[in-house]
Amino acid sequence: MTTLAGRHGGRRRAANVLMTTLSAACALFAVTMLLLILGYIAYRGLGALSLSFLVETPKPVGEGGGIGNGILGTLVLIGLATLFGLPVGVAAGVYLAEFGAGRFGTVVRFVTDTLTGVPSIVVGVFIYTVVVIPMGGFSALAGGVALAIIMIPVVARTTEEMVRLVPASLREGALALGAPQWKVTTGVVLPAAASGIATGAMLAVARITGETAPLLFTALNYRFYSRDIFQPIASLTVQIYNYAISPYDEWHALAWAATLVLMTLILLINVAVRFLTRKRF
Amino acid sequence: MSTTAPTPVLPTRPQGGERAGPTRDGGAPMKLVVRHLNFFYGRSQALHAISLDIPDRVVMAFIGPSGCGKSTFLRTLNRMNDTIPGTRVEGEVLLDGEDIYAPGTDVVLLRRRVGMVFQKSNPFPKSIFDNVAYGLRINRMTESRAELDERVEQALKDAALWSEVKDRLKTSALGLSGGQQQRLCIARALAVRPEVVLMDEPASALDPIATQKIEELIFELKRHYTIVIVTHNMQQAARVSDRTAFFWLGKLIEVNSTEKMFTNPDEKLTEDYITGRFG
Repeated sequence: MTTLAGRHGGRRRAANVLMTTLSAACALFAVTMLLLILGYIAYRGLGALSLSFLVETPKPVGEGGGIGNGILGTLVLIGLATLFGLPVGVAAGVYLAEFGAGRFGTVVRFVTDTLTGVPSIVVGVFIYTVVVIPMGGFSALAGGVALAIIMIPVVARTTEEMVRLVPASLREGALALGAPQWKVTTGVVLPAAASGIATGAMLAVARITGETAPLLFTALNYRFYSRDIFQPIASLTVQIYNYAISPYDEWHALAWAATLVLMTLILLINVAVRFLTRKRF
Repeated sequence: MSTTAPTPVLPTRPQGGERAGPTRDGGAPMKLVVRHLNFFYGRSQALHAISLDIPDRVVMAFIGPSGCGKSTFLRTLNRMNDTIPGTRVEGEVLLDGEDIYAPGTDVVLLRRRVGMVFQKSNPFPKSIFDNVAYGLRINRMTESRAELDERVEQALKDAALWSEVKDRLKTSALGLSGGQQQRLCIARALAVRPEVVLMDEPASALDPIATQKIEELIFELKRHYTIVIVTHNMQQAARVSDRTAFFWLGKLIEVNSTEKMFTNPDEKLTEDYITGRFG
């Protein structure tokens, strides 16, 4: 019989300690970076933040002004993108999970993954060509379509993953009660996967909320509160971009404050969706 | 040992086995008649020429070692195997004389008549009420809310669960204990009033007390339903069933009244299995 004190015990334990410490340090590094960014934005942004900043429209240098139209514009753009992108993405994901075993499914999956990696500015240029030019001008609608195209693959793949996680026994249970396939999918599988799908949708919304490049070619920008989705529309990200590249210190401060608002908005969307889709059953 | 004496439902008549007996001959009414059923998973054959009659309103138990094909056979009776890609069926399964594998058969209608309870309880992540109401709602089987409430209550009573859940019908089904979840699944299956209830090891994951409740329930249910139950537990087969079929390596070795099966089986193989010499 060999004893429990093996020859390599000491070395193995040392390697274990080393690797655990190393991965913990990397985890800490990742969190620290995020906190540093958030902290710095708060530090630079809080100074210029005020109620009037949140509701007013931009003004010339030296007169203050706000980002009210940008906040509203971003919300409108997110709304339009979600309206177009969410149903398509969820439906595509359900198809891939439930019926996507064949060659067509494989192709769709590959194309979706590729689409996820397409730079967003390419999407912007593409929508400029197929929507903005034929419609005769920049518009909120075109911006929404561009953001929807960025959103669809993210939503489709997370939906697919979540639908796959629904146990087969639930589907069988519903089928055994005489449920047709489509009712099994809509009445049992989708509700069971809902919170996961909502998380995926939330991630997609958070992603598009921060997009700037595709909006430069589609929604452009607008000085006032928009009333028409067929007209250009302001957005937080494009306003931040304009303020940030200007040569004025005052506008730089506004850019920081707008960035803080943008980050807060994304955070609020996250919290709201988590609250709405919390597990009830 | 058996507390429930097997009821003599059938006149003595030759039973299927591999020597296919006569088809419906005016004797006891046969709910399900299976003739020369072969079943394949891809290229491997899981069931070999099964012929078996299941009379109306009896409890029929399937026993046999793991992998002998008894669950696969059970799932051919409501075409649940259709959901597994690459499977193929040959032969006939007649439900009240109608071939369920005939082209043009509506599997949705078939499964309304032949319900199923699974090995692992699988309540939907919905409320207790919505679970039982599910089948009634999708099949539009009730005219009014009052009727729906009544059918749900009746199904829960039939499944001996009503007294335990009547005050919390709106709470999640996932909050019930394992035994309660399985009885909920039985209630869900009964709510649509099927003619046959297939049970795939319904008590295998339950403790003895919950198992006893399910067994008592099965005994009650056979007054209205034909029940086919797969079980690994031979005492359970002896306790609850009227007739027992023994499967081995994808073949039906013997089918007999439960009493005869457990006291004086016709086949040597059956005896060896029941007395624990293999399996």
